[in-house]
Amino acid sequence: MTAARDTATTPVLRAIDVTKVYGGTQALKGVSLDIVPGRVMVLFGENGAGKSTLMKILSAVESPTTGQVELDGRVVEFGSARDAADRGISIIHQELSLCSNLSIQDNLFLGRERTRGGVLVDRAAERSAAATVLRRLDGALNPDLMVGDLRLGQQQLVEIARALLQDARILIMDEPTSALSAPEVAVLFQVIRELTAEGVAIVYISHHLEEALDIADDVAVLRDGSMVATAAAADVDLAWVVRKMVGRDQDDLFPAREPKLGPVALEIVELSVADPTNPDRLAVDGVSLTVRAGETVGIYGLMGSGRTELLECLAGRLHADSGEIRLYGEPVVGTVRRRIQTGLTLVPEDRQRDGLVQTMSVGQNLSLAALTGFVRRLFVNRAKERAAVQTMITDVTVKTSGPDAPIGSLSGGNQQKVVIGKALMTGPRVLLLDEPSRGVDVAAKADVFELMARQAERGLAVLFTTSETEEALHIPDRLLVLVRGRLIADLRAGEITRDQLMSLADSADTTEEVSHG
Amino acid sequence: MADTLTTDHAAVLRQRRRAAAEARRLKTLNSIFELRAFIALGVLIIVFALLSDSFLTVDNLITMIKHVAINAVLALGMLLVILKGGIDLSVGSIVGLSGVIAGELLQGVHLSLFGVIAYPPVWAVVILCIAAGTVMGSINGLLITRLNVAPFIATLGMLYVARGAALLISGGTTYPKLGGDPSTHNTGFDWIGGGRPLGLPVAIWIMIILAVVVAVLLRSTPFGRWLYATGGNERATELTGVPVQRVKVIVYMISGACAAMSGLIIASELTSAAPQAGDSFELNAIAAVVIGGAALSGGRGNVRGTLVGALVIGFLADGLVIVGVSTFWQIFIKGTVIIIAVILDQTQQRFQRRGAAASAVAVATADEPETAGEPAATGTPAR
Repeated sequence: MTAARDTATTPVLRAIDVTKVYGGTQALKGVSLDIVPGRVMVLFGENGAGKSTLMKILSAVESPTTGQVELDGRVVEFGSARDAADRGISIIHQELSLCSNLSIQDNLFLGRERTRGGVLVDRAAERSAAATVLRRLDGALNPDLMVGDLRLGQQQLVEIARALLQDARILIMDEPTSALSAPEVAVLFQVIRELTAEGVAIVYISHHLEEALDIADDVAVLRDGSMVATAAAADVDLAWVVRKMVGRDQDDLFPAREPKLGPVALEIVELSVADPTNPDRLAVDGVSLTVRAGETVGIYGLMGSGRTELLECLAGRLHADSGEIRLYGEPVVGTVRRRIQTGLTLVPEDRQRDGLVQTMSVGQNLSLAALTGFVRRLFVNRAKERAAVQTMITDVTVKTSGPDAPIGSLSGGNQQKVVIGKALMTGPRVLLLDEPSRGVDVAAKADVFELMARQAERGLAVLFTTSETEEALHIPDRLLVLVRGRLIADLRAGEITRDQLMSLADSADTTEEVSHG
Repeated sequence: MADTLTTDHAAVLRQRRRAAAEARRLKTLNSIFELRAFIALGVLIIVFALLSDSFLTVDNLITMIKHVAINAVLALGMLLVILKGGIDLSVGSIVGLSGVIAGELLQGVHLSLFGVIAYPPVWAVVILCIAAGTVMGSINGLLITRLNVAPFIATLGMLYVARGAALLISGGTTYPKLGGDPSTHNTGFDWIGGGRPLGLPVAIWIMIILAVVVAVLLRSTPFGRWLYATGGNERATELTGVPVQRVKVIVYMISGACAAMSGLIIASELTSAAPQAGDSFELNAIAAVVIGGAALSGGRGNVRGTLVGALVIGFLADGLVIVGVSTFWQIFIKGTVIIIAVILDQTQQRFQRRGAAASAVAVATADEPETAGEPAATGTPAR
């Protein structure tokens, strides 16, 4: 470890002028980054700025389109993530990559089992190593527990433990705290400090800006695929980070508008929804709210706040435990299909999984929900369908070669517009959007919000969720703050500042945690 | 700055041209591969025609296509199930059951309550058999949608249940002489297997009509679109408000009905119904669909391909018999053909994906000539 200290000023891992193109999107545009041993490099950037892509390239999950990665001053081309891991780079993914049907211990050593003579798994050796690493993170976890039985936060700890077991020299953490409680985060930070003292280089990504600044030694800010700034953490503050992240005149991205409010369109009374992954817990806990025609209401909530469960319950995907939903005074019941017919449509958060059919064209995806509207005597009237699809492509400004283009040829932003267009083709009265700006570049983001505003002007009630504070503060006419399934604030536009919003969400989070013990 | 912009611009143009050329090349390759089943069929016909004088005669072609029809009718039903992303292993047994029910009805039904024997007319027998197949299919569908049984397991169970039912009803024996009797007014069943309106056997007409109906169903109705969507991404399709569960039940019902139809054709051709009829036919049907380019994961496939797939399997089997290849080799060769078909399919998929990626690059760079220079502009101050 002393050797590592001596070289502490020279970077151990470098990305040099890295570019990455996915389909039609340029996710990274000539990005360079130096990772120094014994320091924590925090990478900031909005959704879609390219953070995760850069991490995947550094950890050899993906290879760069152009540019190169240097390890210890030598250009490397990793064959696989396994290859990278053998050279001391390990990554904790944003999406958990655990097998829920195996125990904690089996997961910890998956693919790198400790063996006796190369044949039989040495369970005793694995067990003691597992117990040691788990004690370091969380004394209470028994290595024999099934991963599927764990809370999300505990699963995240297992993921972290697995990376620690690999004795990595470079540890990449992509949103490691998104499901952790405050005390768990404190433990993790303690461990990070111990690791850096041993000379390990850490790359850290988080949406919790303040928290990330706390642990940072160096910061780098990505915006729209480009590296816009790097600095020592001591020299910068939160405001600087936000300025660099957003990087443009905010009025550009968020034009002001005067809503013309109509009658109450959507009314929710004391709605509770059980957590689908853990039925003992309420994901949505007694939420009441109203949205008027012509109004855009935002729900600010982080991952796990219950925002997705709330919208999925409204759309009919999840069953409500108690409470009432009314659409223009009429109770809303029944299947997703019935609700769409009465004018309640959801644009889901995960468009790959829940929004699009990858085997179909742009046009077929757009018309899927409204197909029965084009039927004349059993058959789909192609001409009518095509005309409507063309109109919608223009309306939601999808950049495509035409309705017959495969959906996969579109960039993330344009795919998102297709999902929104599909929802609009059903003629909704209330439009629900779950994180509509997720994985969308800045330009398309502005388009998406513009689109939402236009729908509100047409008299639709728009309810959307966001985990971006800037969006929460500037897009909606009214902002609701959702923390652990409860609405803790209902604010008019401009009533609150960014810091107030963050501390509001944070304080509610901690008090909740303390009262839970 | 101006320098970077122009070089960037030139680079973008170059990249775009290269991507467009690559996309064109892959598109050509892709269309050749798309025709692979046709090409295979053509090769088969040419080879067998060279090896045997009797292969390429009108009579022999009609006979072979008549054999193909039995499998094609099954395969068209199977196509719908596979498009949904499912599988139906029970069709072979439903073929047997359908024949047995027809046999039982044509022998006369003893109504002990009235002390008479009823002889239902042939049209009623046909309807009842197809209804029985549809019911079996709907049980498959309900097991899969309501009770969440995996399609493979549910239809595997039904494979045994339907075969067992056929054996129970028939007592294990074959129903002979299904031609009916003028005195009981139930003649004409043998017309399905032996009739030749406009010079073509009824079985071939059934295949043609069914193929047209399924093609129209897939191409021009909401149901067809919903089916492709369900196979492509069931979750997203359900969230879109498509009645996915209903679509799933219906495809198994159609598959069951097709199997029953196929059973009627066989029973009528032989004018006898054996409870063992249709044994392992499900595998031939799956093979036809797969050779026809459908993806077992769902969402991809069409009627044309499936028909060609059925023709390839049928012509191969009959052709090998005609040129005198041993039965053992026939089985071996059939397996090889299926495996090669799937390998070619994978190759084509690769071309298609790469082609799509290349044309996406061409489109993306064509769209944004001015933004291509922008990263340099915004990036410079930071460095």
